[in-house]
Amino acid sequence: MNDIIDLSIWQLVLAFVFVMVLMIIVKIKGISREKEILISSIRMTLQLILTGYLLVYLFNNPSPVYTIFVLLAMESFAIHNIIKRAKGKINKSLRKIIGLSMVVGTVSCLLFFLFVIVQISPWYNPQYFIPIAGMLIGNSMTGISLGVNRLVDGMQANKHLIEGSLMLGATPKMASKEVVDNAFDSAILPTINSMVGMGIVFLPGMMTGQILSGTSPITAIEYQIAIMLGILGSVSLTVILFVQLGYKTFFNHKDQLQI
Amino acid sequence: MFYLKDVKYKNILDIQELKIEDNKVTSIIGESGSGKTTLLRLLNKLISCDSGYISYKGKNIENIDSIALRRKVTMLPQESPIFKGTIRDNLLIGLKFTDKPLFDDSHLYSILSFINLKKNLDDLSDNLSGGEKQRLALGRILLLDPDVFLLDEPSSALDEETEKFIIENLVKYTKENNKTLIMITHSKKIALSYSDRIIDLSKGSMDNREAKNE
Repeated sequence: MNDIIDLSIWQLVLAFVFVMVLMIIVKIKGISREKEILISSIRMTLQLILTGYLLVYLFNNPSPVYTIFVLLAMESFAIHNIIKRAKGKINKSLRKIIGLSMVVGTVSCLLFFLFVIVQISPWYNPQYFIPIAGMLIGNSMTGISLGVNRLVDGMQANKHLIEGSLMLGATPKMASKEVVDNAFDSAILPTINSMVGMGIVFLPGMMTGQILSGTSPITAIEYQIAIMLGILGSVSLTVILFVQLGYKTFFNHKDQLQI
Repeated sequence: MFYLKDVKYKNILDIQELKIEDNKVTSIIGESGSGKTTLLRLLNKLISCDSGYISYKGKNIENIDSIALRRKVTMLPQESPIFKGTIRDNLLIGLKFTDKPLFDDSHLYSILSFINLKKNLDDLSDNLSGGEKQRLALGRILLLDPDVFLLDEPSSALDEETEKFIIENLVKYTKENNKTLIMITHSKKIALSYSDRIIDLSKGSMDNREAKNE
């Protein structure tokens, strides 16, 4: 294994010069997006620097309180983000279902992953707990976001078919089955697609990061396989919980459609 | 069968008292916005009234399980939903919803002739015209064999000849099988020719009278 090349601050500045060149090209071509590119680059840099220092602190001072706090912060941010992205389309009970599905789905997968598969010790070891939690929660967040949109739009677009099914004696579950199945498919599809292309079309970020920082590709791949299966499990479980509970919020206790 | 007392629903419907008898053909007429569809939706428990009381066979419908009620009192909306798939799929879907045994093709073809739809069971339902879709949806609820049919303008998309054929068949079927038929119609002629009773919801004042032909 070669020695790891530690990036100096000047090498990072060179990476920014690269972005500056890109911005000049964008400007010359008249694509007015240079502001967005600049802001997102700066934002990403600041966020990662802060996260880096925070992680150094957390790794040097491992504590169950910190670990749990970080987990709660990630869950809250993810839930807030899903609700924000749904752009006011969702009612109060659907928000509760989003929160419940995220917490139950990701935490149960996280516990299984950390304690049964990786078997970390102590149980709050931040070096494993925090990055793995981040990956499971982040991917589940993307999944549910897609699922929320598909479920809400699908229920509205198929209102007549759903109510028509109720008139024929269907239960709410039967009447919304197609919409629920579609929402699940669209939520899980990005995870399936990324698994199919993995290792051939692209090397996944986590694995690339590990390899660049000196880990053996085989170890990196072992972790990648495990984490991908963890992500698949977490996304599936969260989305299943969400769609199975979520469609019910469109009906009242008298099995009447409320759209 | 149905009894309504002081039923109010938003600003759309206000009924002091109404009785709808079983084993009869009842037509509901009235100008648009008079609450005809709302009345059927209330009877199908797709919505509940804001105040008042609706009973079915002497029991407050609020105390009857909605799904059980809809399997006995089945509604055909004006814009009949057509599901993806073939004509056979569309005919059988109601039976699948209600866990009833499915019928074989010969019975399904007899339903197609009852509704005057000269199609193959394997034809895709997407290719049907508006009138054909309406008849297909009617065939679907006939297969469900409910006690009460709530039909919202079942012949609105049909030409006069087909309309006459379908309504005559429906009325005959209702009488022969002791069913109850409650239908909204835009045609006073249909109402007067085929119903035992006409309910006129026009201008908010409900006129409840025996049909002239009785």
